Amino acid sequence: MAADPLVNSAQGAGTPRPGPPLWLLLELTYRCPLHCAFCYNPTDFARSSTELGTDDWIRVLREARALGAVQLGLSGGEPLARDDLEVIVGEAHQLGFYTNLITSGVGLNEMRLRALKKSGLDHVQLSFQDSTQQMNDFLSSTRTFELKSAVAALIKQYDYPMVLNVVLHRLNIDHVEEILEMALRLGADYVELANTQYYGWAWHNREQLLPSRAQVERAEQTMQRFRERVGRRMQIFFVVPDYFEIRPKPCMKGLGSIFLTITPDGTALPCHAARMLPGLDFPNVCQAGIAQIWYESESFNHFRGDAWMKEPCRSCPEKARDFGGCRCQAYLLTGDAANADPVCDLSPHHHLVTEAVARAERPAGDSPARSLAGALHLGAEQKPLVFRSPRNSSRLIAGHEGS
Amino acid sequence: MSDSGVGDISLTAESRPAIGRGFRLQWEAAQNAHVLLYPEGMIKLNGSAGEILKRCDGATTIADITQDLERAFAAANLSGDVQRFVIMAVEKKWLQIRS
Repeated sequence: MAADPLVNSAQGAGTPRPGPPLWLLLELTYRCPLHCAFCYNPTDFARSSTELGTDDWIRVLREARALGAVQLGLSGGEPLARDDLEVIVGEAHQLGFYTNLITSGVGLNEMRLRALKKSGLDHVQLSFQDSTQQMNDFLSSTRTFELKSAVAALIKQYDYPMVLNVVLHRLNIDHVEEILEMALRLGADYVELANTQYYGWAWHNREQLLPSRAQVERAEQTMQRFRERVGRRMQIFFVVPDYFEIRPKPCMKGLGSIFLTITPDGTALPCHAARMLPGLDFPNVCQAGIAQIWYESESFNHFRGDAWMKEPCRSCPEKARDFGGCRCQAYLLTGDAANADPVCDLSPHHHLVTEAVARAERPAGDSPARSLAGALHLGAEQKPLVFRSPRNSSRLIAGHEGS
Repeated sequence: MSDSGVGDISLTAESRPAIGRGFRLQWEAAQNAHVLLYPEGMIKLNGSAGEILKRCDGATTIADITQDLERAFAAANLSGDVQRFVIMAVEKKWLQIRS
């Protein structure tokens, strides 16, 4: 968020009381017609197919809004897979939420968009995998490019700002120019070029998805030239891939400071990847109210403040700026969520990041996005990309439990 | 008020600013402030920004907004401040000018 709205009022002996969960993200379902290999959803999502009912979601909205939540993200999976999406949006709008639909566009026909608009939907963010149909379909493992172009037109027709989100990685980052040209043709107002963050399926596929440094630099230069050319007509955001940095991102502005995610089965998390963190028993909205979860639960309080920090973070003058980085990344890379995010070059584990980047320096070979065979070959060279699907999820769960 | 160019927008005392497309202004009791909401973001407004923006309904002219503010806050000569704020807000797309 642009302004930092977090207000810490002192409580007791210097214990900061957190501000409200300004950002509420509802992952309404893990069902999704796409099978993106870079999805951040947990790879074991097939463990639970339970989804909260409409009434439960509405109760969550009311309780969170009463605490001061204002931004609502409706995501998943594919939120359009829920046929009560319009009801949820309508209630959220009435309550005063700014409602953001984060969608692949699959299932968004004119009837539904008209109903969503009428319900008060404020904003649609449409994801694209790449500018070329072949690559788009390969990476999302389905044929959806033409559909998305039609949806983009529909979004314009209903007078929404056209916001495109494209996840960048090794297999499509060389096509930033084509991606931006496509966005311009579609009349996009905003384009977010979001470099893959390595959680969930993206973590599982990291070796195949991590670009080389040269690829990242070329993409950034291309984006910069494009930005100068089109000016304010289309705003371009470039989310820098943190593996190439030496300081970590201020992930979630610290766990438990402004973000609250509710997963399809009602588990409350301080970020959408946090379920992986060991030793934390995240509460479920069916067992506890949002106020109790946010202010009282041990799992939400655990990473607040800096008492949990280890060195080098604990004595670091920058700890108030980046909060030690991402707890999930620290856990994934080092096995301990309380370590410094290894993206930081002050971390004794920073070599784990630089080694991954060094491995990505291998030649990219045939430009994969222009040749499906090339992309498949690139995957086969290392190990195959594992696409997000219930079947692959079950397989990974079985493999994990077998080992 | 003289004409002030904002890109290709010309701003006069008779211009009628409205909250920009995609933005929403509302009072947030939890923050004791007006906020401007936009896709995935929020701007917490200070008192004067909130007072100006809540009068930008697309029907009221900048001259009338200024007069109303001067009356409400028993102040004089606010037109320069209001104009500067509106120009900044149009540049940031918080406001749009219809005519």
